[in-house]
Amino acid sequence: MTTVQTETAPPPASGSGGPSSGGPGGGVPESPGPDPAGAPEGRGGAAGHLARALAEFRAALLSAAWFSVLALPLVCFRVNAVSGGIDYLWARLPRLAALAFCATLAWRFLLRRLGFSRVRSAVAETAGPPPEGARGPGGSWLTLLDRAPAKRLLLAGAALLLLSVPFWTTPYVVTILITALIYITLGLGLNIVVGVAGLLNLGYAAFFAVGAYTFALLNQNFGMGFWICLPLGALSATLLGLLLGLPILRLSGDYLAIVTLGFAEIIRLVLVNVGFTNGPRGIRNIQPPTLFGADLNGAVKPLLVGHGLVHKDMDLNKVLVYFIILAIVALTVVCVYRLENSRLGRAWLALREDEVACQAMGINRVRTKLAAFALGSTWAGLAGVVFAAQISFINPQSFTFMLSVMVLSIVVLGGMGSIPGVMIGAAVLILLPEYLREYSDYRMLIFGLIMVLMMVFRPQGIIPSTRRVYIYRPEEHGDGGARPSTRNPDALDAGPGGAGQDGQAPAGVPGTAGGPPSPRGAR
Amino acid sequence: MTGAVKRGAVLSTSGITMIFGGLTALSDVDFEVGRGSITALIGPNGAGKTTFFNCLTGIYRPSRGTMTFSPEEGREIQLRKLAPDRITYLGIARTFQNIRLFNNLTVLENVLIACHSRMRAGILGALLRDGKTVAEEKAMAEFSYRLLDRYGLAASANHLAKNLPYGAQRRLEIVRALATRPRLLLLDEPAAGLNIAETRELDELIRYIRDEEDLSVLLIEHDMSLVMSVSDRVFVLDYGVLIASGPPDEIRRDPKVVKAYLGED
Repeated sequence: MTTVQTETAPPPASGSGGPSSGGPGGGVPESPGPDPAGAPEGRGGAAGHLARALAEFRAALLSAAWFSVLALPLVCFRVNAVSGGIDYLWARLPRLAALAFCATLAWRFLLRRLGFSRVRSAVAETAGPPPEGARGPGGSWLTLLDRAPAKRLLLAGAALLLLSVPFWTTPYVVTILITALIYITLGLGLNIVVGVAGLLNLGYAAFFAVGAYTFALLNQNFGMGFWICLPLGALSATLLGLLLGLPILRLSGDYLAIVTLGFAEIIRLVLVNVGFTNGPRGIRNIQPPTLFGADLNGAVKPLLVGHGLVHKDMDLNKVLVYFIILAIVALTVVCVYRLENSRLGRAWLALREDEVACQAMGINRVRTKLAAFALGSTWAGLAGVVFAAQISFINPQSFTFMLSVMVLSIVVLGGMGSIPGVMIGAAVLILLPEYLREYSDYRMLIFGLIMVLMMVFRPQGIIPSTRRVYIYRPEEHGDGGARPSTRNPDALDAGPGGAGQDGQAPAGVPGTAGGPPSPRGAR
Repeated sequence: MTGAVKRGAVLSTSGITMIFGGLTALSDVDFEVGRGSITALIGPNGAGKTTFFNCLTGIYRPSRGTMTFSPEEGREIQLRKLAPDRITYLGIARTFQNIRLFNNLTVLENVLIACHSRMRAGILGALLRDGKTVAEEKAMAEFSYRLLDRYGLAASANHLAKNLPYGAQRRLEIVRALATRPRLLLLDEPAAGLNIAETRELDELIRYIRDEEDLSVLLIEHDMSLVMSVSDRVFVLDYGVLIASGPPDEIRRDPKVVKAYLGED
C-alpha cells in the first residue's frame, strides 16, 4: 500500500533532496518570471563577482537608508521631561545608519552562504507551498526558520527562555509579559474567526469581557475560585458566540462586521448599566488563582527570595498567573494548529475562499460558521478569566472597541491565518510600546505609520501563513513497486489524463507535469 | 406530488418554474437525465441554463415544480427543499461557469475539502487527533492524491490552485467535483476559455469520467462541436422555455433551435 505523509510547508532545505532534485532547473515553477538572481550566479568570472558585490552593496545601502527613515522618530527625538520640549539627537543617526548597513551586508552574506540566493523572493511563492524539488534558490529569510533542526532549536530555546523569565526579571517584566500572552491568546482565537474562516469580527472584546465578568461575578457573589471559573468563563463565551452566531449566519463581509461591532457595544453598555455588574465602577478584589491552596506570597516566597531565585518584590501570585497563561498559550497553539489541519479547519478555509463553492462541496455553511464563531469566542473567554485574575479589578472601560481593534491589528499585522505570525504580531504591538515608553507621546503616530507601511509593503503580514505540503511516499509493496509515481499505466492509456498532461503543465517548467510526484519518495 | 421517474432516469424534473420578481427565468421545464448518459443543455445566453443548474443544486429554490433525483435504481429523493450541501452529499456535484476554486489553497487541499461529506471527524476528533481521525485523514489524503494522479494533476498537488494554468484549473474543478463521489455530475460550460486542443481533451475526459466513475453527466455548453460529439441527448432552452429535445443529429436540424440561435430570416 501507499501512504501520503504530511508535513508543514515548506520542506527543509537540507537533506538528500537538495542536490538531486533541487537544481536551479526544478526551482520555483510558479515564479512569474525567471529568477533574477539566478543570472549573475551563472555568469561567473571577475566581472560577475564585481557586479554581484555592487548589487549587494546597493541593496544594503538602500535598506540602511530605509531603516534610518523608519527609526528616525524613535532614535533621534527624545521628549525632555524637564524642559517640556524635545531633544533632537541627530548625532545618533549616522551611527544607526552605519549599523544598519553593516547588519544588512552581514545578513545578506549569511543568506548567500546558506544557499538562499534570492533574499527578496516574491512572497506569493513563499506563502504558497514550494513545489517538490524546489529547495534550491527561491527561499526567503523565513525559510531559514522552517528548516526543521533550526526550528526545533529555536522552539526549545524560546520555551526555556519563557519558562525561566520570572526567575531573573523584575515584577514589571512579568506583568507586561502576562499582558502580551493574553493578547497572544486573543489573537490566536480571533485568528480562527478572521484569519481562517474569513468572518470579520469587530466585536471580539465582548467575548473577552464575558469571560472576565463571569469570573469576577462568580468570585464576588459565590466565592468561586479561578480554577472552576476558567472553564466556566470559556463556556459562557462559547455560548454567547453561538447565540450571536445564530442570527447572523446569513450575513457575510461588511454586514457581519457591522453587526459584531454593534453587538460588542451592546455588551459593554449592558455591563455599564446593569445593577449586578456594579456599573462603571467595576468589580474589585477579584481573588488571584491559588496553587493547591498554598499561600504563595506568605510561605513560599521567603524561601525563594532567600535562595536568590526570584526578585525580592516579585508577587508570586503574578508568577502563577504567568505560568497559567503560558500554559494556555501553549495549549491554544496546539489546538489551533490541529483545528486548522482538520476536516473542520479545511471547511473554514473553504468558507473563507468561496462561500458558494464551499456549499457545493457538501459543507454545511451554518454549522461551519457557528463552529468558527463559538470556538473563536472560547479563547476570548479563557483570556478574559486570566485577565480578571491578573489585574483583580475590572470595569467596562477595559473592553472597549479599541481592544477589538488592537486584537484585529495583531492578527492582520502578524499574518492572517498564521500562528507564529499572530504571536509575533502580539509581541510587537504589546511589548514595543512598553519598552518604548519614553516616546509614548508618539505611540499612536508610530502605530499608525507601522500599520500603513505594513499594509502597503507587506499586506500578508510579518509571517504569512504557509500551506501544508503533502508528500506522497509509496511503500515498497503494492502497486507493483511503482517507483515514485503510482500512476496506473492502463488509466494513462485509456483516459485523457495522459493526453492532457502536456497541455496542463505550467508552461516552460520542466519536471512539473508527469514528473515524479515526490523526489523524496524516490529514496 | 412525486414527479414520476421514468425507468433509467437519474434525474427528472417536472414543471420547474423560477420567478425572480417579475421575471420568469424558467417556466415549466420538464427535463430528464438518463442513467449513465451524457446529456447536454444548450441555449442562447440568458436562456436560463445556469438558473436551472442553481435550482438543481439548491442555490435557488424553484417557485414551482418538482425535482426528483434517483442515485440508484429504486431510490427517489425530492430535491426541492434541500440545502446545497445536502444535495452534494446525496450525490449531485457541480462545477461553475466562472471557475470557483479555493484559490489560496493547494490543489490537494481543494480536493480534500470536497471529501468533506465523506468524512466524519468533528471538533473533538480534530483536537484529540485520535486514531480514527488520523486514519481517516490519511485515507482521504491518499484518495485525493490518487484522484489527482488519475487526472494528471498529481505533480501540481502542492501548488496553489490560483497558480495553475487555466486549462488545469478547469480540470481541477472537475476533479474536485468528482471527489464528492457524485452519481450525477453537472458541468457548467466546461469548455469556456479552452482552446481547440483542450476542448478535444475535454471531450475525451467527459466520456472517460462517465465510463470510469460510473456516473451520469449533465453539461451546459456553448461549444456546439463538443455538444454534438459528446452528448447522447440534447435539451434546448430559450427564454426559460424548453423548445426542443432529442439526439444531437435531430437537434442540429430542428428549425426551432436554428431560429433561437440565429434568428429568423
